[in-house]
This record gives sequence, C-alpha cells and structure tokens, in this order.
Amino acid sequence: MVVEGASKFYQARSGVVHALDNVSLEVREGEFLCILGPSGCGKSTLLWSMAGLHGLSAGRIRLGQEPILKPHPEIAMIFQEANLLPWRNLEKNIELPFELKRIPPDTARINALLQRVGLKGFETKMPRELSGGMQQRASIVRSLAVNPSVLLMDEPFGALDAFTRDEMNLLIQEIWMETQKTIIFITHSIVEALFLADRIVVMSARPGRTQEIVDVDLPRPRGVDVQSTPEFIERVNAIKAMIDHRKA
Amino acid sequence: MDSQLRDQIPTFGAKPGAAGGASLSGGLTSLTSGGGRSAFETFIIILVAVVIIGGTELLLGIFQVPQYIMPKPSQIGMALITEWKFIWPHLVVTICELLIGFAIGASIGFVLAAVITQFPFAEKIVTPYILLLVTTPMLALVPLLVLRFGFGWEPRIIAVALASGPMVMINSATGFRRVDLAKIALARSFGASTFQIFTKIRIPMAMPMIIVGLMVGSIFGLLTTVGAEMVGGAEGLGNRLNYYSSMIRMPQFFAVITLLAIIGISIYVFFFWVGKKWANWEA
Repeated sequence: MVVEGASKFYQARSGVVHALDNVSLEVREGEFLCILGPSGCGKSTLLWSMAGLHGLSAGRIRLGQEPILKPHPEIAMIFQEANLLPWRNLEKNIELPFELKRIPPDTARINALLQRVGLKGFETKMPRELSGGMQQRASIVRSLAVNPSVLLMDEPFGALDAFTRDEMNLLIQEIWMETQKTIIFITHSIVEALFLADRIVVMSARPGRTQEIVDVDLPRPRGVDVQSTPEFIERVNAIKAMIDHRKA
Repeated sequence: MDSQLRDQIPTFGAKPGAAGGASLSGGLTSLTSGGGRSAFETFIIILVAVVIIGGTELLLGIFQVPQYIMPKPSQIGMALITEWKFIWPHLVVTICELLIGFAIGASIGFVLAAVITQFPFAEKIVTPYILLLVTTPMLALVPLLVLRFGFGWEPRIIAVALASGPMVMINSATGFRRVDLAKIALARSFGASTFQIFTKIRIPMAMPMIIVGLMVGSIFGLLTTVGAEMVGGAEGLGNRLNYYSSMIRMPQFFAVITLLAIIGISIYVFFFWVGKKWANWEA
C-alpha cells in the first residue's frame, strides 16, 4: 500500500484546517506499521483516507496498482472504541459486513476467530453486556471475518485500561504473526508503537507531516516484559526526543 | 451529506462513543430491574386496586351522592354490560377512525422525518409549520372539515392524521438527527450503500425515538378522535358521550369513559412492549 504526497484541507468552524501536508509512505506487504503522533497531527485523517472513507485534497493512495478512492474489500478498518452496533448481539454484529456485502456469513471462519480471541459462547450477548476489551476483540473478529489483506486500526485500544491494553497488544501481535496481514496501526503511545511495530512513522502536528521513520528490530514474539528492558526504554527516549525537538 | 461527513470526520474524536457508552450502561440496570414481579408485589397491586374501587363504592354510598353526579363503580360496571350491545358498534367506529387516521398520519410523519433530516436547510424551512401543526389543536379544524366533507368519517380521519402525524414526525426527526458518524463510517468501510446505511444504521439508531413518537402520536390521535366525534359526528364513542350526558345517563356515560381509558392504556402498553422488544438496547 502506497501513499504519495497526501495533503488534506478541510473546513472547520474555526476556518480551514491543514490536516496533512505532503505525506508519503510505502507500506510493505505483511508488515506491522505504526503511525505515531500527538493528537491533531492528522494521523486519523490519513488512516481514514487509506480506508477510502474520505478523499484527499492532493496526492494519491494506492493498494498495489489500484487507486483507493472509496472503501475497498481488501481493506478493513478497526475503529476507536470497538464501534459495535448496540442494537445487535455479538453474532449479528460480526455478520454485519456479510449482510452489507449480501453474501452468506463464513460461519466456520467466524467460529474459529471467536475461539481464537476467547469470545466463544458469547455470541448472543449484547455489546453492553461485554467489557471494553471483549467489545474490541469482537470488532477485530468482525473485521477479520471478511478476510481482508490490510487491517487499518485507528487507536483501537485508546479507551481501554492499561492491563486490558497490554492483553490486547499481545493478542493483536499473535494474530498478526498467525495471519500475516498488513497492519497499519495508529497510536499516540510511544510504548504501544514500539511494542507492536516493525516500523514506526513519527508524525508532527499542524500540518501533519511524516517526520521520521524508525525501524524497530526487537525480536518477536515480544512479551510484555520487553517494555522494561534497557534497549526498549532507550528507544522510547529516542522517539520522545524527536517529538520534543520538533516542538521547540 | 457526503461532503459534510467527509469534512467533519477528523474532528469527532471519541466523544460520541463515550456519551453512548454512558447511556447504555444505564440501560442495563433499568432493564434487569424491570424483570420478574414477586407474588407479594402482585398481591399489593391488586389490594390497592380493590381498596380504591371498593372505597369509592363505599364513600359514594355513605354520602348518598346522586347517580347523576357520580355513579358508583358497580353501576358503571352494570351499565357497561347492559349497554354493551348499543355501545360496541361505536367502539368499532372509534377504533377504526383512530387506526386509519393514525396509519396515514404516522406514515407521512415518518417518511417526512427520514427525508427532511437529510437536508438541514429544508428542515429549517419546514420546522415552523410542523410546530404549528403540533401546537394547534386539530379539533379546531373539525367544524371546517365537516363543512367540506359532511358528518361522515372523513373529517375525523383527517383530523386524527393531522394530530398524530406531526407528533410522529418531530420525535422521529429527533431520532434521525442523532447521527453517529463512526457507525456510518463503519458501514461504509464494508461497502454499504446509502440505502443500506439508512436501513441498517439510521433506522435502528432512531428507533427508540420513533417508538416514542408513535406512542405520543397515537395518544394524541385518540384524544382527537373522541373530540372530533363530540364536535361533528353521528357515531363513535365521542358521540355517545354527548348522547349519554344529554340524557343524564351517567352510568352509561362513565362506561364509555372507562372504555376510552382502556383504549388509551392499551396503546401505551402496546408501545411500551414494542419499545422493549425493538429498542431495548437503550432505556
């Protein structure tokens, strides 16, 4: 997946906002890419554009040779706060993509995924009966059920508590290693980005620019304890310095 | 809509989701507490009803209140049984008028709400007229409608439609206006068409408010049906109220009132049940 010279202006109440300025990046197939930046750096705008949910003012986004101008069946998005439909039970929520595409649900795949994320037996529960972590796991199943090749994740675990967040990070790492999907993951947590990513795109704010691309060569699978090793902390500090440096 | 969505997306952040979450967790407790009723509770409910009805009966007897001022519950009950064969054709008329008028008004109100909320500017233009319809008692139009349509069903059905439609509309519109951009984006990300977004996201999301609108609209419809029958009708329960009161046949009069109360409560219970079934995700 390739982004070429992406720029985006949009009209807000306070005037024209310059959200993205000439952002280019190349996502390798099967890699785990984190986009890291402060709030308002346009990282969500970039991701929503990659999902084909809104257009760019300038620049292009391609999946292989195909330009992305509208949602693409090979690209699935995972939103902030699970975004389950509260009037549907878990099963009906997961079947939503199939319903929208007017194809019969892939029950075998759904069941295997539910088993994998530990939600088997909760199919008839309503979203409000599930914890935040379970809701987000359900939304991961919903996206993976249609077997996309690219998974876009927009700060998916931002609203979860620290313990659940660690758990979810481990799970998403495992799923990524098992499925070999390309994952583009947005976060404002340096620790989360370092823990998950093969490469981190560090963005700066107003207008959003790619500031630096950091390779993360920590061995996998990474356990939660990797976060307290000196190498890890050293890297966290290095990225912090980049962001602080930009502010000054 | 599309351009609006596109341009507002980066700003919505986590807010709508957070607000939704709070109301949902509230919904859970009220739903579970509404469950089983113990035998003791049932007993108390029946006891209170018996005390109220029996007490009224007793007090009216003790103070020898004349029947033409306030008949005893037993007399009302008897009247309901003895007059039933004369009353039920009117009951059927009233219910038919209500159902037809409400069906027309509610359908128009619902469709209008769904369409108008998609065009904020059109909404601004139409809203004052809808408010006019909501706040003006449609009963006032009945004499006018009678001049045009005579004493048949038509003026009453029109009045009922005019009374219930705007109620359904303003409430449904409130529901349709509660757009959650993240949920719409979710559907779009899976390739949903505009029509699918409408049927799978917008309608379910608006459903709690639509049901409230239907409930309020149908109660307003009942009031207007009876009022219209009193003002300009040769049949229906409203007409019977006029008839019995002019004859000072108070037990029969109150028997009709009882029937109207039963209709009203049935409407409420029906929509309460519909709400539990179709909109229980939000209390």
